[in-house]
Amino acid sequence: MLRLEPRTSASPLVEAITPVGAVIATMVAGGCLFALLGKNPFEAIHMIFVAPLLDPYSRSEMLIKATPLVLIALGLSFGFRAGVWNIGAEGQYVMGGLAGSAVALAFWNVEGAWLLPLMVLAGMAGGCLWAMIPAVLKVRFNANEILVSLMLVYVAGLFLSAMVSGPLKDPQGFNFPQSRLFHDSARLPVLLEGSRVHVGVLVALAAVVLAQVLLHRHMFGFNVRLLGQAPRAAAFSGVNANRLTVICLALSGSLAGLAGIFEVAGPIGQLQPSLPVGYGFTAIIVAFLGRLSPIGILLAGLVMALTYIGGETAQFALGIPKAAISVFQGMLLFFLLAADLLTRYRIARIRRGVV
Amino acid sequence: MTILRNTLVAAALVLGFGAAAQAQDEEPVRVGFIYVGPIGDFGWSYQHDQGRLALEETFGEAVETSYVESVPEGADAERVLRQMAQAGNDIIFATSFGYMNSVVNVAKQFPDVKFEHATGYQRADNLATYSSRFYEGRHVIGLIAGRMTKSNVIGYIGSYPIPEVIRGINAAYLAAKSVNPDVQFRIVWSNTWFDPALEADAAKTLIEQGADVLMQHTDSTAAMTIAEEQGIFAFGQASNMANFGPDAQLTAIIDNWAPYYIQRVQEVMDGTWSSTDTWGGIGSGMVEFADLSDKIPADVQEEARTAMEAMAAGTLHPFTGPINKQDGSPWLKEGEVADDATLLGMNFYVEGIEGVIPQ
Repeated sequence: MLRLEPRTSASPLVEAITPVGAVIATMVAGGCLFALLGKNPFEAIHMIFVAPLLDPYSRSEMLIKATPLVLIALGLSFGFRAGVWNIGAEGQYVMGGLAGSAVALAFWNVEGAWLLPLMVLAGMAGGCLWAMIPAVLKVRFNANEILVSLMLVYVAGLFLSAMVSGPLKDPQGFNFPQSRLFHDSARLPVLLEGSRVHVGVLVALAAVVLAQVLLHRHMFGFNVRLLGQAPRAAAFSGVNANRLTVICLALSGSLAGLAGIFEVAGPIGQLQPSLPVGYGFTAIIVAFLGRLSPIGILLAGLVMALTYIGGETAQFALGIPKAAISVFQGMLLFFLLAADLLTRYRIARIRRGVV
Repeated sequence: MTILRNTLVAAALVLGFGAAAQAQDEEPVRVGFIYVGPIGDFGWSYQHDQGRLALEETFGEAVETSYVESVPEGADAERVLRQMAQAGNDIIFATSFGYMNSVVNVAKQFPDVKFEHATGYQRADNLATYSSRFYEGRHVIGLIAGRMTKSNVIGYIGSYPIPEVIRGINAAYLAAKSVNPDVQFRIVWSNTWFDPALEADAAKTLIEQGADVLMQHTDSTAAMTIAEEQGIFAFGQASNMANFGPDAQLTAIIDNWAPYYIQRVQEVMDGTWSSTDTWGGIGSGMVEFADLSDKIPADVQEEARTAMEAMAAGTLHPFTGPINKQDGSPWLKEGEVADDATLLGMNFYVEGIEGVIPQ
């Protein structure tokens, strides 16, 4: 018989290198998977992890793809540290995109530098308010925020569908469920000519820095960490757990909403029912892959974006099916969690007869 | 020494000259596809992929095909299209309506690459559009449904209330009505192209409302499975779904993209490709049918085949007057045939269909 025993002390060095180990293990196991499919594993891994880095356009796309992941994961990381489990970032992302788009469409063809900031504020407010539903239910009625936030994802998706089939539908669009194309004032400025890199990328980078400061140089960050690690100690030291729960959900909702409006006003340029593509869920992986630390999340977001873009290339260049790419991405989380477990616990053999 | 030298020469021949010889031959035409669903959806994307496989079978070494599946109609589509263009594809088929803005953008950036957009309406010098006259297929299944229903209630699972779908409903209704004046259509809008759970729910709802024949404009096989379980009839959508409803399937409207893909790739090889707008029907082979079920009486089978042949020959148009709109106002006069522009923008039900189109 085997059982898990907590290790007395986990070395910080080991903790830091486990994500790297997980990535390497994913490459090995993924390589085996690709080999079983009759593909050259080295070529496949190269295509997914290296080739996109060598091509300027792929690099720029990596930044675009990582932006929503990093923004959402940053917001989630505070809650996850404090033990507030917002699983519904996808819904907050949708509501943010929707609220910001509603502003863009209300002022359709009205030029002005004020429009974009207004859209961004509306987006953050949309995401924040959507996250306030689980927050209030949690604080007032002790409703489980995991369930409430998760179920609100589906509500948000259907609400988006109703809006783009109704009030926000393009009047000249043959009844297709999508909005008008945004006009230039409602689009995020592009930073690099010939690419789609938009201002949101810089905002995401700034958010990483801010989060780092907030977490390590501010009382809020200290309280969050305290609440997560020692709730009773936090209570004794005067931390108001309810207040912190609300703030954590507000923060993650706002950042998810921001990611939503950036995606609509950036690369997409119109509201579509296919706005939710899973960033809110993938960001959970990114948050843990990045060890809930802002710098880690930035790196994890980039790695995740890399596997998406490399995965697409591998599909058309090597004919690897999409499902295999998804399994490959799932392995990443699996190995990370496994590595995590083994750094904190060790496997001990239980001898027979000893109780 | 000589042995070594010979070996080296042989190796050089294999490596270098071999490659040169290949280059001297015609370079294969590289064809890319981007699909909105998984190729295993047994519906829309599956049929496009069958078209791709037909290209490989027809042209062999002369083509090299590749695809990316399950690409959402949003920010990702533009990147995938661009990467495929950059990777040296000569012609790229974007097989979903929602790729329109993406394919327009990428076509501008790659003027030497040819793009083809299914079901779209924006064209450029290097961007063609294509679609099929599925309403011809709807006419045939409407005839069969009108004859086969006992309850006189036909259930219809709609996707989105866009002209393509409304046209299908109207075509099927007019045909069913022409052979069975008592027929009624019940329409459920699912607001999705592919969601097996939702489609199954829609099918159950329609059956509860008395439908004994189901039609669908969504892509999964869920409704067919439900029809089989409940012992009623249904029609396959996009692909032959007989495996999922051996007793239930009366026939299926099959999207056959192969003839179009083969023709267009041939034109690329010949250097005669140009940006066109194709809307092919039964006559062009783009709309096909699965074998008619032996549950359909012989005279009804005969009737269905006659309609197929007449549409293929161009002597029958499913929208031939007199036809009134739902509100009773006249649309087509006696003998008048609908023009393509009206069909492409169709946003009204014909007289006799109950319910309102969600606006």
